Amino acid sequence: MRTRIAYIASNTFREAVRDRVLYNLIAFALLLSGAAILVGQISIEIEKLVVINLGLTAVSLFGVVIAIFIGIGLVSKEIEKRTLYTVLSRPVRRWEFIVGKFFGLAGTLVVNTFFMAIGVFAALFYISHKFVPADALILVALYFIVLEFLIICSLALLFSSFSSPLLSAVFAFSLFVIGSFAEDLRNFAGMAHGFTRWLATGAAYLVPNFSAFNVISSIAHEQPVAAQLVLQNTLYALFYAIMALSGAVLIFEYRDLK
Amino acid sequence: MKHREKISIIAGACLVLSLAASSFVLHRVDQLRPQAPLDEVLFLSSPKVIKRASLGYDGLMACIYWTRAVQYFGYRHHYEASSYNLLAPLLEITTHLDPHLVVAYEFGSSFLAPKPPFGAGQPKSAIDLMEYGIQNNPDNWRLYYDLGFVYYTELKDYKKAAETFARGSLVPNAHPFLKVIAAQMASHAGDYETAWTLWSETYKNTQDKLIKQNAFDHLRALRVDQDVDHLQAAVTRFGERTGRLPASMAELVAAEGLPGTPVDPDGHPYKLTPEGRIEVREPKDFPFATKGLPPGYKPLPTFDSPQP
Repeated sequence: MRTRIAYIASNTFREAVRDRVLYNLIAFALLLSGAAILVGQISIEIEKLVVINLGLTAVSLFGVVIAIFIGIGLVSKEIEKRTLYTVLSRPVRRWEFIVGKFFGLAGTLVVNTFFMAIGVFAALFYISHKFVPADALILVALYFIVLEFLIICSLALLFSSFSSPLLSAVFAFSLFVIGSFAEDLRNFAGMAHGFTRWLATGAAYLVPNFSAFNVISSIAHEQPVAAQLVLQNTLYALFYAIMALSGAVLIFEYRDLK
Repeated sequence: MKHREKISIIAGACLVLSLAASSFVLHRVDQLRPQAPLDEVLFLSSPKVIKRASLGYDGLMACIYWTRAVQYFGYRHHYEASSYNLLAPLLEITTHLDPHLVVAYEFGSSFLAPKPPFGAGQPKSAIDLMEYGIQNNPDNWRLYYDLGFVYYTELKDYKKAAETFARGSLVPNAHPFLKVIAAQMASHAGDYETAWTLWSETYKNTQDKLIKQNAFDHLRALRVDQDVDHLQAAVTRFGERTGRLPASMAELVAAEGLPGTPVDPDGHPYKLTPEGRIEVREPKDFPFATKGLPPGYKPLPTFDSPQP
């Protein structure tokens, strides 16, 4: 079972590389080096802040876009090309296919994030000419971004398991935006009464809460992140991703592929 | 030559030429509308809306808005503008997006507070900005220092300045001179000594080249102001004694028993005008001097920032 999942995951990774997904690294490198050189000339005393903020924001946004646009096609493309039938005619279970695809996409994003992280640290070194202990906090922000990717990958797969690529993209992107407002949604729920309150609270817990993962701004100011937050965010991302993946597996198991 | 190669060459040439042509035309269009890129427009003015729209990437948005504020101020300052309508809103958006962006408070207040042409002439907005900064960064003594400076230099409200310096001196790890300056401000607020202490501490404590230069220019201007005061008093004494104005600086020096011809910080001798006024020879070298300037002289705009 493990071998089959690993095989599907490695194929998904290879396919993403073949699709030139990692080309985004060039755009990222240009963006970051441009910012590192330019900001010192057009602004005052925020070179390091810009490199951290821009670098981590770009890592996050590039990753989200990749996760959505690759994730939404993972199932539908296989059906369209009829390669899914070849895969499923072998001793591969449908859930293994979904889980393998998830790990393949997550792996692609982790590799992508790894190279981008090197870029962020290189730009930081170019600006400051040295590293300080507080720079290690950037690793926490990167870890949270990867956790965010796990959730988005699982959501993209969930939508891809029953919907067309276009609709899946719309759903996944909408959830990303709504997830960024999750705390506002919870505040609105707190202000409502009766059934509306229950409904709004339910919705607030159902949508992913991405704001909890966003520590970029505080890390740019060298503010430490509580170990408890790291632990809780890890658990939250794992549970949420498992939930969405389980949904994807459930739907895909009963989907008529004829 | 193959057909495909021919097409490639033609398409390549077309690409380069059309790019050059479009850039040229755009340049001409920009010349027709010189103010267009920096119009006084803020499409979104609510910091809350912008924070929401940033989808959590508010740190980067704050950096963008701060850069925009710097560019806005720099551009208008360069052209000696008399109004800076967008400066306060831009700084408000910046600091609401990132309340810990201390540089925006420090430089922002020095953009806002001084009178034109040195700044926007909005000391009240500068005070609001600094109070917001202190509210969000209560442990940063420099913000109290900057706020006290605005009260002292722009509003001449020495009581408020002394109170603010005293508040700042209570912050853990505050620079010890805050306590000194608070006491000095309370008793001798308008003295040269107080101003000298403030600017010399600013000069000593800053790492920023622009601020250091600014403090240095203010110290030089203070020296000129003080020299002119002393020499002008000497002219008055001479007049009271002799019933006429001194004919030359040499006569004044001899009558007052001065050690030599008095010179400004650049080593140029002060001028004595036929009307009995003491003036510096090169007023443009002392943009912050308030005395010893020819009548009607308008100082050139110079970066003004009081931060330590």
